[in-house]
Amino acid sequence: MTGLWSGSSGLRGTVGVLVGVLVLWEAAVWLLAPAPIILPPPSRIWIEFLDAPRYFLRHAWFTLSTTLAGFALSVVLGVGLAVAIVNSRFLERIIYTLLVSLNSLPKVALAPLFVIWMGTGVEPKIAIAVMLAIFSIVVDTVLGLRSVDPDAIALARVNHASPLKILVKIRFPNALPSLFVGMKVAISFALVGAIVGEFVAGSAGLGFVILVAQGQFDTPRVFVALVLLGILGTLLFYLVEAVERLTLPWHVSQRAVADRDGHG
Amino acid sequence: MVACVEIRAAGKTYASPRGPVTALEDVTLAIAEGEFVSLLGPSGCGKSTLLKCIAGLEAPSAGTIGVRGTPLAGPPQGLGMVFQRDVLLDWRTILDNVLITAEFQGKPKAALAERARALLDRFGLGDFQDRHPWELSGGMRQRAAICRALLCEPEILLMDEPFGALDAMTRDDLNVELTRIWQAARRTVVFVTHSIAEAVYLSDRVAMMSKGPGRIVEVVAIDLPRPRPLSIRETPEFGRHVAHIRGLFAALGIVKE
Ligand SMILES: Nc1ncnc2c1ncn2[C@@H]1O[C@H](COP(=O)(O)OP(=O)(O)OP(=O)(O)O)[C@@H](O)[C@H]1O
Ligand SMILES: [Mg+2]
Repeated sequence: MTGLWSGSSGLRGTVGVLVGVLVLWEAAVWLLAPAPIILPPPSRIWIEFLDAPRYFLRHAWFTLSTTLAGFALSVVLGVGLAVAIVNSRFLERIIYTLLVSLNSLPKVALAPLFVIWMGTGVEPKIAIAVMLAIFSIVVDTVLGLRSVDPDAIALARVNHASPLKILVKIRFPNALPSLFVGMKVAISFALVGAIVGEFVAGSAGLGFVILVAQGQFDTPRVFVALVLLGILGTLLFYLVEAVERLTLPWHVSQRAVADRDGHG
Repeated sequence: MVACVEIRAAGKTYASPRGPVTALEDVTLAIAEGEFVSLLGPSGCGKSTLLKCIAGLEAPSAGTIGVRGTPLAGPPQGLGMVFQRDVLLDWRTILDNVLITAEFQGKPKAALAERARALLDRFGLGDFQDRHPWELSGGMRQRAAICRALLCEPEILLMDEPFGALDAMTRDDLNVELTRIWQAARRTVVFVTHSIAEAVYLSDRVAMMSKGPGRIVEVVAIDLPRPRPLSIRETPEFGRHVAHIRGLFAALGIVKE
């Protein structure tokens, strides 16, 4: 109950700040009157959206599903790689080296290659999203799987627990908080990846909308896409956080939240 | 007759970034089946290390440790262990924390749930079985850890300062409870403590340790009759044992007189 309450009060604060920014923006455009092609006022952006809501929502939906697919794949693959890394020195050296060198490449530069390999459909966009998102998942999950109380492992060993049981009953639950840290970073990266993919090739998604609108110098339309992107990114982040709250009521970070709410 | 636990000239040297640390040196001790032995000594003398070696969690770097005639290679069967810290898992309720022993050992959880509840009841945690560890006091957590070690009826019970964090009254209660359980089942118990009175009250024999490096300096047999009511601590015999042990520690320069 307190969780819900604090969620809505947090939301109220966020909405308040955003409304303030919009009012300032509108006033500034009205006062300073920049060329419409440079900066349209929020009201103009809203009208642009109302002009073709289905068009925008369809493309937003495409970007959203690409992002979610890329994110889900990153979590599954990332956790798998992390388990492999933790269980084998040999795999650790190989996977870590590859991941680190991959991560140090500018991924935008790799995007065209994916288009050549996979075409202009949804696949290369998912692949780029995964490439961007997986690093933080792997790094944080490895940290979580490793930072287990040695006495907890000793307890398992005294009771002759199999390595699989140690993984499932101790290491994995112990890694969940840090997996969520990784996921909160990864969800934003997955969205960036999806947009990068749409910039490079394709005929759908908010990235595509921006590209087309830019070609026509249709600034309001670019802004509609940007606002939708902002909303998507924010909602996705809070979605991960909500899942975290449901999954980890036992974790210190979540207890602190509950406490603060109880007293505030 | 083979001893239950036989430690022969065991030593343990840890490798550490600042060079090797010798935690144990030349420890020899035989513990009989069903015997209650305490390891008593100042902080840092290697009590936990010795217990971990007996548990097969650490391999001794010298000498041998055998359990029921077989040299140790990893933890032996039928072992229960209470760690110095309670090591409860935050994401499990107290009941599930106790039951994890059964899950690890692959024993049917449903059948043992009844026993787990009975144990928690006996240790005064009946009303807390559905709480999470962070909702309990330090003493309650330590009691839950004891229930967890007892769940699968271990034949050898290793306890590392299980009552160290408790107030004197709760400590008395649990001492009585522990002797009762021990007397009923006659398990072999190795009990680490730094309280002389606690060691005397509980034990058949007290192994006194000194540090730098950790060694057993003396093994004192406690021939007080059993069962031992708490009031036995006021008897002159009890006082004599305590004084004797304190005197030995003083002679070794471990405690001041
Ligand atoms: N994993 C380790 N690596 C390096 N040194 C260690 C390790 N574990 C223990 N030691 C050292 O071994 C010595 C004995 O430690 P141990 O934990 O066995 O003492 P103890 O008698 O249990 O002390 P206390 O009563 O405070 O629990 C100490 O000097 C400690 O620093
Ligand atoms: Mg210790």
